[in-house]
Amino acid sequence: MSDLRNAGTGWQERLVSAYKSFGLPRMIIAGMLVVLLIAAPLVGANFWMQITNVINRFSWNSVLVLAMVPMVHSGCGLNFGLPLGIISGLLGATISLEMGFTGPMSFVMAILIATPFAILFGIGYGWLLNKIKGGEMMIATYVGFSSVSFMCMMWLLLPYRKPDMVWGYAGTGLRTTISLEGYYDQILAKFLQIRIGSLVIPTGSLLFFAFLAFLMWAFLHTKTGTAMTAVGSNPVFAKAAGINVDKMRMLSVVLSTWLAAIGILVYQQGFGFIQLYMAPFNMALPAVSAILIGGASVNKASIANVIIGTILFQGIVTMTPTVMNNAIHMDISEVLRMVVSNGMILYALTRKTEAKS
Amino acid sequence: MNKKQNNASGRLLNFLGENSVPIMFVIIVAICIPISGFSPKFLLNEIITRMGRNVFLILSLLIPIMAGMGLNFGMTLGAMAGEIALIFVSDWQIWGIPGIILAMILSIPISVVMGIMCGKILNASKGREMITSYIISFFTNGLYQLLVLYMMGSIIPIIHSSIKLPRGYGIRQTVGLLNMRQSLDNLLALRIAGVKIPVLTFIIIALMCLVIVWFRRTKLGQDMRAVGQDMEVARDAGIDVERTRIISIVISTVLAGFGMIIYLQNMGDMATYSAHSQIGMFCIAALLVGGASVDRASIGNVFLGVVLFHLMFILAPTAGAKITGDTMIGEYFRVFISYGVITVALVMYETKKRKAKAGMGHLLEAAQREEEKANA
Repeated sequence: MSDLRNAGTGWQERLVSAYKSFGLPRMIIAGMLVVLLIAAPLVGANFWMQITNVINRFSWNSVLVLAMVPMVHSGCGLNFGLPLGIISGLLGATISLEMGFTGPMSFVMAILIATPFAILFGIGYGWLLNKIKGGEMMIATYVGFSSVSFMCMMWLLLPYRKPDMVWGYAGTGLRTTISLEGYYDQILAKFLQIRIGSLVIPTGSLLFFAFLAFLMWAFLHTKTGTAMTAVGSNPVFAKAAGINVDKMRMLSVVLSTWLAAIGILVYQQGFGFIQLYMAPFNMALPAVSAILIGGASVNKASIANVIIGTILFQGIVTMTPTVMNNAIHMDISEVLRMVVSNGMILYALTRKTEAKS
Repeated sequence: MNKKQNNASGRLLNFLGENSVPIMFVIIVAICIPISGFSPKFLLNEIITRMGRNVFLILSLLIPIMAGMGLNFGMTLGAMAGEIALIFVSDWQIWGIPGIILAMILSIPISVVMGIMCGKILNASKGREMITSYIISFFTNGLYQLLVLYMMGSIIPIIHSSIKLPRGYGIRQTVGLLNMRQSLDNLLALRIAGVKIPVLTFIIIALMCLVIVWFRRTKLGQDMRAVGQDMEVARDAGIDVERTRIISIVISTVLAGFGMIIYLQNMGDMATYSAHSQIGMFCIAALLVGGASVDRASIGNVFLGVVLFHLMFILAPTAGAKITGDTMIGEYFRVFISYGVITVALVMYETKKRKAKAGMGHLLEAAQREEEKANA
């Protein structure tokens, strides 16, 4: 009898501790996804098609979410300035196309061209964030917004000439969306693609993400990587240990910006289009809430958080419209997404974090 | 003599440094006016209309700044409350001034509830108020859409089908307020040389300014300023910091609700799902253009800001089109300027805060050294 009670309390304790480490909102979201998965076949949606969609969306977005990791590690907070990195990616993509590259080469060149832009923007952005320690997130948001609206003018003014990229009648000014057919549409996704019935797995994209995630993980375990984490968890201690705090923060911002640039290129190859002008404007919030849903906080994030978060977030985003439409003929998915993702960010912002310097 | 001159030029530099944003805008506007080719009468008319439309909304930002909570991006919540009230009033077909007054009364309880929610969340995230209030506005926008797009007409009774979506529930993209249009502005309106002056709206705005001046002197106003200066000191002085902060947000939300109703009665129709989404950003940008900063804003900043910001807004598209030959450039330019101004103001505020902190550290160090010397 007492044994049973002990077992009972042990089980309960374990549940409580699991609950505590997992957090209530994450539990709710995971539960929601499970319900959606069960409900999908019941309301007449193709289960494997749904899984394919979720995996696809995961492969598009995972690198953008990964871009959050370095800045969280160095204590710069959530990178609301993601659009800045996205813009370097867009510059890389459009210049690569303008220079006449096609097929897989256009993707490689886009990455190569985006890199110097990302480093340059990242240095400027990092310099700014070093001047305003403590107020990073708000300023990052507005740096993102101003850079997007500035580039809106630039997309019109820069001398792009390629006929399938610019407006037909004027001959200048890039289109709002540029099709990637013939360039790098599905270039990663088609690589080693697996098809089982209606389940399609974009192996190449997943491998590409795995490669970058592994590099990130390995970097965080090098001497520089641990120094960066030290700066994030205790800047005063890190300074005392002889680490150049500003340099570490700068490095993390550059890394984050570069990953965002690669992230948008991966997103484009999955989606099939380059989206310009106001499109990057609201791309930071989904990535931020995805990593938070995955269990990260304002000053702690791991690769596992990225993977879990992206699956949960993209799972909810892709499954709710189909399931809701089939079940109650009322599409509240957009509203639901807004409440869930912003609610998650709010939850993270209101958690107490360790003392700042 | 030399010293005096130095002093004077120093003071001038200081003045220029502190008012760099308004001065920059005066220059932009001065360049754009001749290029755009608008007549002064047209510009004056536009400015006066836009002043009547926007000033009340911007005034709602002042009180949270006083309480040290920064720019209240959560004023959008008040705007949503105002919109919900207007939807009900137009459904009940109460028009004109009575409709506006009823909408204002209806918006109060909604604003208070939202304000308390916002204040509580902001209290849990001290030091990150601005980004949090910014996310709250997005979050509440989701709840607003849930209410207006799905619950109105299905759970909450909506009588008139003219404002309902054809599917039977949810509110249409635009709600016409034609019978309410400018009824506040037209009552007591004056026309001087072709320029229409909405006297009643201006009287309401003037009253509000007086109320704010008076409020600063009350016990609660003093408490708020104390909380804004230093939360710990205020707590030691026996002020309930949390409560004071919540009250400041609630007042701001209620005022924003009134402001939105004044704004929409001037516009004459309401974009149900987008009217509030940009309003916070534009109000904050206008306030900052007027020379306010994150921790200091006056009524003067509000008026100067509205004039300069909206002049830029009217002029930029035409001036941009004349210079580059592309209308879109001007459109993007004014969006860029709005965001750029907020960015610059935030950066200036944060660097100033850090400098002040560092300065304090130096002073403390010096004092300690003195003390050591005295002891030795």
